[in-house]
Amino acid sequence: MRTLILKSLFAKPVTIPAPDPSAAALEEVGRALEARVRRLYGRSLAIREVDAGSCNGCELEIHALNNAVYDCERFGLRFVASPRHADVLMVTGPVTRNMKVALERTYAATPDPKWVVAVGDCGCGCGVFGESYAVVGAVDKVIPVDLSLRGCPPRPLDLLQGLIALVDKTTARQRSAG
Amino acid sequence: MHEDSISALLADALAVVPLRPWPRYELATAAFDAVARAVGDGEREMLALWAESGMVHMAIRPIGETPCVVSTAVIEGRFPSVGRWHAPAIRLERAIHDLYGYVPEGAPDERPWLDHGAWDRSGPLGTRGEAVPRDPADYPMLPVTGEGLHQIPVGPVHAGIIEPGHFRFTANGETVARLEERLGYVHKGIDALTTNAPIDRAGKVVARVSGDSTVAASFAFARAVEAALGLDVPPRASAIRGVMAELERLANHFGDIGAICNDAAFAIVLAHCGIFRERILAVSAAVFAHRLMMDTIVPGGVTTNITTEGARLIGAALDEVAPAFAEIVRLYEDTPSIQDRTCGTGHLPADLAVRFAAGGPVGRASARDFDARRDLAYAPYEGLPFDVPVLTTGDVDARVQVRIREVAASMDLIRMLLAMLPEGPTLVPVPDAAGPCEGVAVTEAFRGDLLVWLRLLPGGKVARCHVRDASWFQWPLLEAAIEGNIVADFPLCNKSFNCSYSGHDL
Ligand code: SF4
Repeated sequence: MRTLILKSLFAKPVTIPAPDPSAAALEEVGRALEARVRRLYGRSLAIREVDAGSCNGCELEIHALNNAVYDCERFGLRFVASPRHADVLMVTGPVTRNMKVALERTYAATPDPKWVVAVGDCGCGCGVFGESYAVVGAVDKVIPVDLSLRGCPPRPLDLLQGLIALVDKTTARQRSAG
Repeated sequence: MHEDSISALLADALAVVPLRPWPRYELATAAFDAVARAVGDGEREMLALWAESGMVHMAIRPIGETPCVVSTAVIEGRFPSVGRWHAPAIRLERAIHDLYGYVPEGAPDERPWLDHGAWDRSGPLGTRGEAVPRDPADYPMLPVTGEGLHQIPVGPVHAGIIEPGHFRFTANGETVARLEERLGYVHKGIDALTTNAPIDRAGKVVARVSGDSTVAASFAFARAVEAALGLDVPPRASAIRGVMAELERLANHFGDIGAICNDAAFAIVLAHCGIFRERILAVSAAVFAHRLMMDTIVPGGVTTNITTEGARLIGAALDEVAPAFAEIVRLYEDTPSIQDRTCGTGHLPADLAVRFAAGGPVGRASARDFDARRDLAYAPYEGLPFDVPVLTTGDVDARVQVRIREVAASMDLIRMLLAMLPEGPTLVPVPDAAGPCEGVAVTEAFRGDLLVWLRLLPGGKVARCHVRDASWFQWPLLEAAIEGNIVADFPLCNKSFNCSYSGHDL
């Protein structure tokens, strides 16, 4: 433990691995996002993730946002345990009939103002699954969607970029309303 | 073959030729029932149980020998229950009933499993009857009686970024008296989507049965197609498949080890393992152009070659991660506070692991010495020396330890495969089937053995395909492992199993 602590004192942060272009993009995306989230919410955007039928691939990449490399918390993005604490629902998967009610209830439990991000080719369309006896359809067939982030699965960087777009859109909406 | 009752029953049956590489036998109802009974007596392990229109199939394996499939016709919508004799079959035949409407006669549990009353028809793949809509919450949980018991319902939507499922705990104070799972929430109709589908479309669906095992599933699917067609894959393609499968295992094991420790409030391991996992995904993206390597393994080979530079990148990633991981392992082993949480927690008895043919780290941590890469050997693992760690303590710690050792074994395998990467093509054309033919394959996913059976038709079509994830036999064991533990240790036990919801719900 002691050696680990000592090492950490002198190690470079893993968060910004040097000249890799995607890492540079990450930094840029992050900074832009941070400024906007601060303006809009003061400090943070609370996100609740809901798997409405995904293959779990999208969850893996959403999870990655929390690791030390992407570290989304430094931009004020925080995943919360309850929809009642959330500003944003990130919903994955084609919505299965067996999850429809749970998704509707989760949406209802999220206080206004709230935004919904449909994640992945499945959340945005139905991906390879399609509507069937078991699948209702894309997320927007069940609850209103503000933003679609495609990809199978979308990369963590795509997800960060997408969240910027959401914050932009919500800022615009607030301005036009106010 | 063993001299036992199943051998005698099979001697009288006609082997059905078109399944490769295992024999398939069609049996009359009474003989099928007798085989099921013998499986229940422990004569064979059951690897899978599934249906197609008018027929039910069961894959069984005598320890140390080639498995086979036994089939029986569904007569007047009924087939003999296997679950009646062999508990691991119960959920499988409840699923068959929901999908096809076929009744397992004499089944001990007649509750629906995948059909929550929300589908637009009943028996969608078979009888296709009118749906009888019912409230999804209207599901009789097994009764638990006793003094001072209370219930804690959890899910389907959980607190973390995880898949949906419902857990009903019955607890006495802090102690879990019983856990009952209710699954099926992410049922997407995969069996229907891979019925009468072009091979490439079916392959894309199979690759998305469970995103974390996409390589293993595509690997099994491709091998089943190749077996059915008698197609040989170029050695270079097989070696590349092996590299991908081991990279996938590494990424997932890092994720699991980190997540287990995190649920015991030892977040430092998660922080470091998260970086290791990310390193593996980044190199996978650099070499295979996709972080999870989806759709890269296809029938006939692989779609992406490993260049010299690619091999160097993978080697460099391993060189970087290996010593850092060793340090984290030391930290895990030398910290009493985390050991206090993992040792002795969530004990899974060895006899249950054997009875349920539990695959992967769950089985191997409870003394079940099975690894499909070695025991149902396939290219590129045939003839390669690699370690299959088996422990006997059966607790959360053992499941962590098995994963730790498998990380080392996978790294060795990747290095071996890259060092002797054969020259030659990486993809050969897939010929058309001359007539209906069947193939079956098992690969060792990070979670355990993953089986794919399929029947092909001329014209590049899949007539029917079934995928059986290791989770089917691990989920019920989680219910057993949590008994007598405190409720607060459930996340820890659950993560140490890490069963797939999507891979199970299909
Ligand atoms: S978009 Fe792809 S990764 Fe995401 S849930 Fe669908 S199939 Fe899985």
